[in-house]
Amino acid sequence: MNIAAPVRLPAGKADLSRQAEALRPTHMNAQPILRVVDLKKTFDGFTALDSVNLTVDDGEFLAIVGPSGSGKTTLIRLLVGMEEQTSGEIWLRDSRIDNVPANKRPTCMVFQSLALFPHRSVGENIEFPLKIRGVDPALRRARALELLDLVRLPQHYYGKRIQQCSGGERQRVALARALAFDPEILFFDEPLSALDFRLRKMLEKELKDLHQRTGKTFIYITHSLEEAMVMSDRIAIMRSGRFEQLGPAEEIYAKPKSRFVAEFMGEVNLFRANGNGGTVSFEHVTVDPAAAAKRGLRPGFSGDLMARPESVRLLKPGERADVMATGIVESEYLLGSRVQYLVRLASGYKVTVELSRENRVTWEPGQSMGVGFDLDRAHLIQEA
Amino acid sequence: MERINQRLGVLSALPVVVFLAAGFLAPLCVVAAFSIMPQKVFSLANLPDFSSYALMIQEGYWESLLVSLAMAFAATFILFVICWPLAFAMAKVFGRFTLVLTIGVVMTLFVSENIRLFGWVLTLMKGGLIEGYWRSWTGQSFDGLLYNVPVIIFGLVYVYLPFMLFPLAQGIAMVPDDARQAAFDLGANRWQIFREVELPLSAPGIAVGCLITFVLTAGAIAESKLLGGRAVIVISDEIERSFTYGQNWPLGSALAMTLIAVVGSFAIFGVTRIDLDAIMGRKR
Repeated sequence: MNIAAPVRLPAGKADLSRQAEALRPTHMNAQPILRVVDLKKTFDGFTALDSVNLTVDDGEFLAIVGPSGSGKTTLIRLLVGMEEQTSGEIWLRDSRIDNVPANKRPTCMVFQSLALFPHRSVGENIEFPLKIRGVDPALRRARALELLDLVRLPQHYYGKRIQQCSGGERQRVALARALAFDPEILFFDEPLSALDFRLRKMLEKELKDLHQRTGKTFIYITHSLEEAMVMSDRIAIMRSGRFEQLGPAEEIYAKPKSRFVAEFMGEVNLFRANGNGGTVSFEHVTVDPAAAAKRGLRPGFSGDLMARPESVRLLKPGERADVMATGIVESEYLLGSRVQYLVRLASGYKVTVELSRENRVTWEPGQSMGVGFDLDRAHLIQEA
Repeated sequence: MERINQRLGVLSALPVVVFLAAGFLAPLCVVAAFSIMPQKVFSLANLPDFSSYALMIQEGYWESLLVSLAMAFAATFILFVICWPLAFAMAKVFGRFTLVLTIGVVMTLFVSENIRLFGWVLTLMKGGLIEGYWRSWTGQSFDGLLYNVPVIIFGLVYVYLPFMLFPLAQGIAMVPDDARQAAFDLGANRWQIFREVELPLSAPGIAVGCLITFVLTAGAIAESKLLGGRAVIVISDEIERSFTYGQNWPLGSALAMTLIAVVGSFAIFGVTRIDLDAIMGRKR
């Protein structure tokens, strides 16, 4: 069986035009490139991965997000072939690859540490996968220079030592090296986590841009939700070895399937339903019965009412909302274009309210203030 | 302050300097001086000539030097090949078992080299362990396994194994795991990972290990005497005999100086090409 990476020789100019031609929406040919079936991995009785199923479209940018220990690193190591699964299957297009060693899989990974070769120059690092395939030195060099261009590094970096490069430059070298391999799928294991905030923000956008220009399938692992939201088409939330939810960023943010996802996806106000028969009611807040009925809330609903801080507003005296409560403003945080208030309700629960800066209010410590939101801006998390 | 530090530095280095000058440099100078004395004199108060060096070439002593160097090369190469997997396992695979192995290997150094070699003589000689058992089981006899060049090289490999093993393990420990994994992920096979990543990144350990074993084996004498018998005569043996049995100090000195020059130039070539700071862990 030979499913080694299709040795597309770096064909100089032709290759560049291929990349230019790849300036197209990412889901043009939405055919699954990767299929993961019931993938399971246990280490000495500990289940790191508990039957994961996943289908990734060709050209997609998928982010896998989860807290540390959720199994995301195990998953990526199985997918690139550095670990062997306990059971399950991995399919790349029409071939099963889970029994193929990493060096024969047409996939490659950008490591968290980048794993650049310190004894090789920038150019030699980028050329490494081509050298391994026995590509002619002149062609190798031409391809490396093209890739330097693609990752926005000046051509004279070709001969530079890795130790002379800054953190951001090393990221680009690692990326160029992975692209030189010309993988079917490019994996990322939190490569930006060690960078400072500004550089990270910049590289996130560049990576997204690069994804669009190359048209390759990117699978990106991170514990940072923001990173995932900025870059990816779809996000998978992992929790103790399983996918908790998988979908477009917007859907996961606005319509989480569980409290875990809701809380993981940033700040959130959650109100648990009271289970006491007759009417619909939630902890800490009063809900207008008419609005609840209109929203389809029946007595006996069990689960949570969720409102993101930006859906909640501070009520002027006499103003009404579907869901209301009164509390004391505890603190105000300026977030630049936004401003956040922490309001402590009588029950002790703290509601987070986020307004745009123009709507900033004047308040005094200990001042009583009404908070509320309408049900059409809230989300109901039905308990499983 | 800096001047005081400097003066203190000179003062504290003084004892070592004196010791090295008296114990190391002075004898070397005496040997160097004797090497240019006429034949068979026991005093430095003679007119210098180069008759010893001429004799060394005419009488074929250089053959012994070549034999020594060839065996040193062979032993160093064999040691590298057999120590690499073991050193790799010690640095990357064994974990806590490495300590047991280290203690085991170091323990062999506690027993004198000659005694260990005599053990091998008893094992390999005619009527020894191997030949004796073979004879009693099959009824056939053979000449024993001693007194040839391969057995001398075997002895060198056996005695100098720790001097290759530990620097190699040290060097391999310096190769980052993810660099190896990245190479594997980028399509390299086992051999390519070795050639492109492990070998260059562990070069300081390799250089130190090869240098130490080469220098030690080039000057080794016990292996060829005890295991090799009269099969070949190594250069150290010639030097020893010139000073003792031959009563020709100038010849012995000339041989010694030549050996020092040859091995020393190899050593200097090696040392200038490695980064000792890196292997001592002072920088990455």
